[in-house]
Amino acid sequence: MQNLSKVIQDTAKKLLEEKKVDLVVGFAQGSLPLRSTPYFARTVDQAANLIWDEYCENNLTNYLRKREEKVAVVAKGCDTRSIVALMKENQIDREKLYIIGVPCQGMIDRKKASKLVGGEILEAEINGEEITLKGNGFEQKAPKAELYYDTCIRCAYGNPVIYDELVGEEVAAKELSFAEVEEFEAKSAEERASFLAQEMEKCIRCYACRNACPTCYCPECFVDTSSPQWISKRAYSAKDNLIFQGVRVFHQLGRCADCGACERACPMGIKLSLLTRKGVKDVKETFGYEAGLNPDDKPVLNDFTPDDPQPFLMKE
Amino acid sequence: MIIKKSEIAGLLDQLAKEYRVYAPVDENGNIAFKAIKEGAEAKLGENSKKPPKEILFPQSEELFNYSVNQEGLRMDSKVDDTKSVAIGLRPCDAKSIMLLDNVFSNDQYQDVYYLARRDNTVIVSLGCNRPSGTCFCTSVNSGPFDTDGSDVLLTDIGEAYLVEAITEQGKELVGKLNLPEADAEAKALAEKAKASATVASEVDLAGLKEKLDGMFTHEYWDKLHEKCIGCAACTYLCPTCHCFDIEDDAKDCEGCRVRNWDACMFPLFTLHGSGHNPRTSGKERFRQRVMHKFNYFVDRYNATACVGCGRCIKNCPVNMDIRQVLAEIKAQDTGSEVG
Ligand code: SF4
Ligand code: SF4
Ligand code: SF4
Ligand code: SF4
Ligand code: SF4
Repeated sequence: MQNLSKVIQDTAKKLLEEKKVDLVVGFAQGSLPLRSTPYFARTVDQAANLIWDEYCENNLTNYLRKREEKVAVVAKGCDTRSIVALMKENQIDREKLYIIGVPCQGMIDRKKASKLVGGEILEAEINGEEITLKGNGFEQKAPKAELYYDTCIRCAYGNPVIYDELVGEEVAAKELSFAEVEEFEAKSAEERASFLAQEMEKCIRCYACRNACPTCYCPECFVDTSSPQWISKRAYSAKDNLIFQGVRVFHQLGRCADCGACERACPMGIKLSLLTRKGVKDVKETFGYEAGLNPDDKPVLNDFTPDDPQPFLMKE
Repeated sequence: MIIKKSEIAGLLDQLAKEYRVYAPVDENGNIAFKAIKEGAEAKLGENSKKPPKEILFPQSEELFNYSVNQEGLRMDSKVDDTKSVAIGLRPCDAKSIMLLDNVFSNDQYQDVYYLARRDNTVIVSLGCNRPSGTCFCTSVNSGPFDTDGSDVLLTDIGEAYLVEAITEQGKELVGKLNLPEADAEAKALAEKAKASATVASEVDLAGLKEKLDGMFTHEYWDKLHEKCIGCAACTYLCPTCHCFDIEDDAKDCEGCRVRNWDACMFPLFTLHGSGHNPRTSGKERFRQRVMHKFNYFVDRYNATACVGCGRCIKNCPVNMDIRQVLAEIKAQDTGSEVG
């Protein structure tokens, strides 16, 4: 990872020096253990602050919409899928974007890590496939792979789908899995409803989930309008909260790149990926389509082909 | 006096007969201050994700119900003056209530809803033996055993808590509990806990307010907000943020007026009826957050509207760290603009 940081820095410096781009969006050292932070490098000096590690969890595509300047972005698999989705929606001009693709094994879930040690992590160190977590009165080692975000464990697209330059070794192919969605689908309607109600009760309507998502960009979100006011702003209403999430997820159908950024951003630890991945799975089964994989096809809901699987059109 | 940890649940049950008791509880995986039914629910020692301001200033609060029909208009106000005890607040959070008092009770405005709760709530806080890595209370006029805002302060001494009544209200509450006196050993243990609690992180507030006075148009704001995604995690989870919005939830002529937390980070925050918004982008909004806490609040109430709890640092999705922001502000060259 150390080496990758160096390669990314050199790439960024070169791009800035040669004035191929005005800005490189990447990651810098965060201020907390297990945390890297989005970073905007505009000078060669600033490029030296760029890093790459297992804590680069944010989807940087969020910062690329409607940019005036020429931008380079450090992008993992899911970020590039979001880029493709946004290109189709004319939110990103490919001509003005330089993609530094980075193959990704997965990003480390801070909440999982602190659950594992049961205390505040004050220091973390990665050695190969192992991570050491240190805090007050404990020091614990764990295999890195066990601490990846669930979305990462189930992700089959760690390798960038488009790029101008690939940095690092491609990662081995993995099977895309919807195991947790299938488990959820198998529950009774009552069980699903009560699980969702319990999750939605936690929601404080901070909208970090919406704002962290690159494909959530309506200039005016339905939850923000006051005339008409579509839903109440009362955060204590699990029903209103579910309407908010329901509409958000519906707006993502065929567009969601399954990056998990919404769930990562949620301060209340709500299992949003169950909803988003249910959408991803349904779109895949209904139309045989996965968002952000192919820059040349049309967005699925803008398109019709007679050989769509279309199970919903068939008689039972 | 002391309270044995093993007796806390029973004591809270006893208190619950006379008071509504708020304590930190595990609510679907998040620690929150909630009115408890049984003492055993209380998880003292854990700090809440949502700040305890929600006890006095709920995120969503029904101010009054109304209905209009042939007979006329009916209005039921919902002022809540239930006698309450809130236990387990961190000293920084207790301090935040002192700051909120300024906002809800001043020479121009008295908020009946807040004040009814405030006047009827006894605050029992719990000192911090082991401050977290993101705490910086000692830099903002507070500290892990600060008593400002607490009626009673508890100190964890292992098997028990040392109990110190700070205010008259606190003495009255403690008086009802028939607690055993603390022996010399208990007192020594408490002193030791107080002495060994170190708040590792610091911010330097000296001169910050004056610096900000001259920074309204500084280019620093152009860059600062760049990575911020404009959610409200930092503001909703901040014990001192207090902006709200009022909406009517009504169907036909039956309705309810509700006050909800609002946040300067949202685009609707200062959107005028005319369509004009003085805070058009994330830049103006983030500046507002910093300025409100560290400049305007100081002007108005002679105090910084931050108690160093670190919640905004821990919960920001993009790791915006207010400690770094403040340090960067201090390092900015404000040239001739200072004044
Ligand atoms: S979702 Fe996939 S591409 Fe994105 S961080 Fe996880 S493993 Fe990498
Ligand atoms: S980020 Fe979480 S708490 Fe915030 S609005 Fe989204 S679901 Fe609710
Ligand atoms: S909805 Fe969530 S998982 Fe889907 S693209 Fe947006 S942030 Fe990523
Ligand atoms: S929590 Fe972070 S990203 Fe969200 S508004 Fe605050 S500073 Fe910005
Ligand atoms: S600004 Fe941050 S550290 Fe300060 S009181 Fe608010 S949440 Fe706590």
